[in-house]
Amino acid sequence: MHLLWAIPALPLAGFLILLLTEGRLPRSVVSSIGAGSVGLAALLTGYVAWQVMSSDSAPFTSSSWTWMIVGEFNVSFRLFVDELSLVMVGVITGVGFLIHWYATGYMSEEEGYSRFFCYMNLFVFAMLMLVMGDNLLLLFLGWEGVGLCSYLLIGFFHKVPEFGYAARKAFVVTRVGDTFLIIALFLLFHQVGSLEIQQGLIFARENMSDASMMNTIICLLLLGGAVGKSAQVPLQTWLPDAMAGPTPVSALIHAATMVTAGVYLIARMQDYFMLSQTAMLCVAAVGLVTLFIASFTALVQSDIKRVLAYSTMSQIGYMFFALGVGAWSAGLFHLMTHAFFKALLFLASGSVILAMHHEQNMFKMGGLWKKLPIPFIAMLVGSAALVALPLTSGFFSKDAILLKAWKSDSEFATLFWVVAVIAAFLTSLYTVRMMVLTFFGKPQSEMHELKKESLWHPNRIRTVVPFGLLAVLSIAGGWMGFEFTSDLFGDKGVHAELHFDLIAFLTLGIPFAGIVVGYFVFASDLIDRRNLIKNKMSELLSKFWGNGWGFDWVYDTFVVKPFRFIAQTRLNRNDVVDLFFNLIKFLANLFHHILSMFQTGHVRWYAFTMLGGLLLVLLAVVWV
Amino acid sequence: MNVLVLILLLLGAGVVAWFSERVSTKLPNWIALITFVATTLWVLVIWFNGPDAAGLYASLRHEWIPRFGIELHLRVDALSLMLIGLTTFLGIIAVVSSWTETKTRHGFFQFNILWVMAGVVGVFSAFDLFLFFFFWEVMLIPMYFLIAIWGHEDKEYASMKFFLFTQISGLLMLVAIVALVWINYNISGTLTFDYFELKNANLDSATARLLMLGFFIAFITKLPSVPVHTWLPDAHTQAPTAGSVILAGILLKTGAYGIIRFVVPMFNEASQEFWIWGMSLGVVSILYGGYLAYSQTDFKRLVAYSSIAHMGFILVGVYSFSKLGTQGAIITMIAHGFSTAALFMMAGALQERLHTREMSKMGGLWVRAPRMGAVTMFFVVASVGMPGLGNFIGEFLVLIGAFQKSVVLTVFAAIGIVVAAVYGLSLMQRSFQGVPNPDVPKMHDFAFREMSVMVLLMIALVWVGIYPQSLLQMTAPLLPGLLD
Repeated sequence: MHLLWAIPALPLAGFLILLLTEGRLPRSVVSSIGAGSVGLAALLTGYVAWQVMSSDSAPFTSSSWTWMIVGEFNVSFRLFVDELSLVMVGVITGVGFLIHWYATGYMSEEEGYSRFFCYMNLFVFAMLMLVMGDNLLLLFLGWEGVGLCSYLLIGFFHKVPEFGYAARKAFVVTRVGDTFLIIALFLLFHQVGSLEIQQGLIFARENMSDASMMNTIICLLLLGGAVGKSAQVPLQTWLPDAMAGPTPVSALIHAATMVTAGVYLIARMQDYFMLSQTAMLCVAAVGLVTLFIASFTALVQSDIKRVLAYSTMSQIGYMFFALGVGAWSAGLFHLMTHAFFKALLFLASGSVILAMHHEQNMFKMGGLWKKLPIPFIAMLVGSAALVALPLTSGFFSKDAILLKAWKSDSEFATLFWVVAVIAAFLTSLYTVRMMVLTFFGKPQSEMHELKKESLWHPNRIRTVVPFGLLAVLSIAGGWMGFEFTSDLFGDKGVHAELHFDLIAFLTLGIPFAGIVVGYFVFASDLIDRRNLIKNKMSELLSKFWGNGWGFDWVYDTFVVKPFRFIAQTRLNRNDVVDLFFNLIKFLANLFHHILSMFQTGHVRWYAFTMLGGLLLVLLAVVWV
Repeated sequence: MNVLVLILLLLGAGVVAWFSERVSTKLPNWIALITFVATTLWVLVIWFNGPDAAGLYASLRHEWIPRFGIELHLRVDALSLMLIGLTTFLGIIAVVSSWTETKTRHGFFQFNILWVMAGVVGVFSAFDLFLFFFFWEVMLIPMYFLIAIWGHEDKEYASMKFFLFTQISGLLMLVAIVALVWINYNISGTLTFDYFELKNANLDSATARLLMLGFFIAFITKLPSVPVHTWLPDAHTQAPTAGSVILAGILLKTGAYGIIRFVVPMFNEASQEFWIWGMSLGVVSILYGGYLAYSQTDFKRLVAYSSIAHMGFILVGVYSFSKLGTQGAIITMIAHGFSTAALFMMAGALQERLHTREMSKMGGLWVRAPRMGAVTMFFVVASVGMPGLGNFIGEFLVLIGAFQKSVVLTVFAAIGIVVAAVYGLSLMQRSFQGVPNPDVPKMHDFAFREMSVMVLLMIALVWVGIYPQSLLQMTAPLLPGLLD
């Protein structure tokens, strides 16, 4: 299908146009190109999806041309679309378009408007290559490309050094993961003799045995790559700092799409993971630990975007967890619904932040629901889906994961389930806290004066429509996506039967319990919050959680600081190896000086030494 | 015939450029520029005409000093053609980048540039070992002058260091060449310096090992690899922009070329045994060079150390003794030529505008000169190894080839990718991002002259990145001859 190429080509064209015009286009044209190219790509995706659904000939591959051939090594540029990639492409172009649209308002008063959309379009292109590439090298091209765009966009306001640091941190930390991934690629090529994904999967099914050590190593290396990109423990530390980027960037890259690339990677390489119990257990454990840690951390943040960042981290933890317990479809389903509601939450918080003069501290907000009704409603809808209230999209996906976890045949099933449920409870808790602090109570600081003519005004169409559509998806995406994603991996059956046992009841009830407790703790006057925080224990705990469980501290102390310290020592900077060559130079100089001492220019000195030399020779002759 | 004309043309243009200064100070620039554009076009024509049945694009064989079996033997196969093309193309870049930089002796400056390039073209096409050594020296002397006369504050030290390192290592190679010829004479009874005859010389393994080392040391000094790399940061930092562009873009490649063309095919068994040393030196260069790059505060010095890291990949690739590794090394040579030439040109442009290379005196330059910022970002991203650009292709092929040979060393080499990100991004941050430095005067952005060559380089890198096959298919037929 030749049309496939048009999907990534559109945002690529947008990128190139914006790049080559160097910001000389008027803003309205930039908006049309930036958002329009992604919009068109979304329409095309719709068409392709319809083709895929209505024909039996799926998966589709595009025409291809050679990238490189060296001996047996042969990779080409070719796209591949099956249901799994279609879910991803749909999210990238669909949600991506809405975010682009919103950004035309959000960024309207910023410098570098054209540069922003230039990077954003490049990102969409790279992300599409990641999910559409039919070989791992093309996937890696997208993988690195999205990392680059993430770096560029986190540091978009390049005058602020802290943002630059956050951007570099994101790039370098994910690159640690990327190194695992590229080694996985080497190993796969070594084993399979090809980097084509489908060929590799066939190879896994036919030639790998369950207990194969090699297979487990491949899986763990892939997991290393996924962990970096998807901000899971232990490479999660970059994500909260990444919130330095403009809010639409956080919504698109650090919530809806790029950070889910790890989930996609594992799902794509499913056949390898299925063969390795150890690897599956590791995936589940990584997800669960992240989920647990991030939920607690989200509970004590004061920055609204950081709450959402930790929440994203924990929701991706759910996805990893789902993959690890074999709930493949449920994990992907959650990826999709999460993209809807988290994008909505981020965009709504963006409107709040702009209205508050770029204030992100929730303790300086409060009482905003009346003044910002549209962001409030949007956020309410998003929160409902996030805590998984029944009939929202988040409910369907999270419920599917929890039930599947309970029914999984892992020996840790019960433990898994308990932790996941605790985290679900915590999710409600921090969500309630966020909503209460932001929208209820007394206003803590002055709001920006909202002018009708400013493009970012929350009542304007460029804000309301994306909010509206995302809100609809956050609610209805559950029923709609249900059919489509439930059979992605042929593992349906979880949803088919309705449960009315205790477990189902518990999973259903946990969000409500969280909301009720949250209400009492954060909103009502029944509990004195001051007392709760005041005692030493909770102070320590909140500090520990707030700093992300000390991961940053460990990395800083044991990696970053020594690395920098040695780099800055003079000996190192002047190149230790050069000492040796300087020694030679020094010795040469030394002999030069010693010898030149004999050259004084005094005739008597020469005569004397000549005589002395003669005597010595004579003596030697006589003696010997 | 072609090649000799090419070399003579460069030499002749050098002389003309020198004397043309009497007419106008700008004339030497134009003569050099026109010469390089013309030769580049010429190379392209040869390229598109394709090779003959033997895979050669040009060849010439003529007696030179028959008494000693020395011939004027020039051959251009795909590898040579690529590198000659790179040479003449970077000649354009070098001339343009130094267009306004030289303040004195314009004619002699261009003379030296043209003569270095003539020497390099000779090195890339000589198939007689004596001739090869002759050209090896031809390219050294003008380079020495470029640094010693038009260099920066520490030019005497740097040029002398450059000269001594190259000369002493060259001496080792000369000894090895003469010994090889002599031994071959004793065995076969013919006195010859011919590449193919000597390649088939019957050496016992101990001798082969020793002679191989003579060549190897000369070439890794030029490459350079740790531990004989220390001339490079000084030479680069002190050289004028054109000098750095030539040095990094082309002169380093003569070392890589020497290993690929001479060390590995001529002493195949000895090299095969030596693989772990070659590869380990490469890995050490990658990591050490990368780390030292991060430690620098001088823009140009940072780029110089990053070159050492990139050249490490070439050693790793070649000593993996695989098609993938060798092809990767060749691609790395080309791509690194483009990307570092651009970064050195950027360093030169900054120095011309700010009169400093210290990054602590920069910062926030993006605001002053957004084009320069974007261009630097592009080349930093390329040298960090972004897929879709040339450097990635080279390094990826090197690593995937090396992986078949040694997993451990490959893993360490792959860590170099992370280090590259660290120093690359820190270069970007310290120079172009962050708070605009209030002490920096107004700085004019790239205009047509500088931007046009940068765009050429960008196109070149994208081309290598997404259509490396155009190069790979050219060198593919050579691989059996090079590897075995």
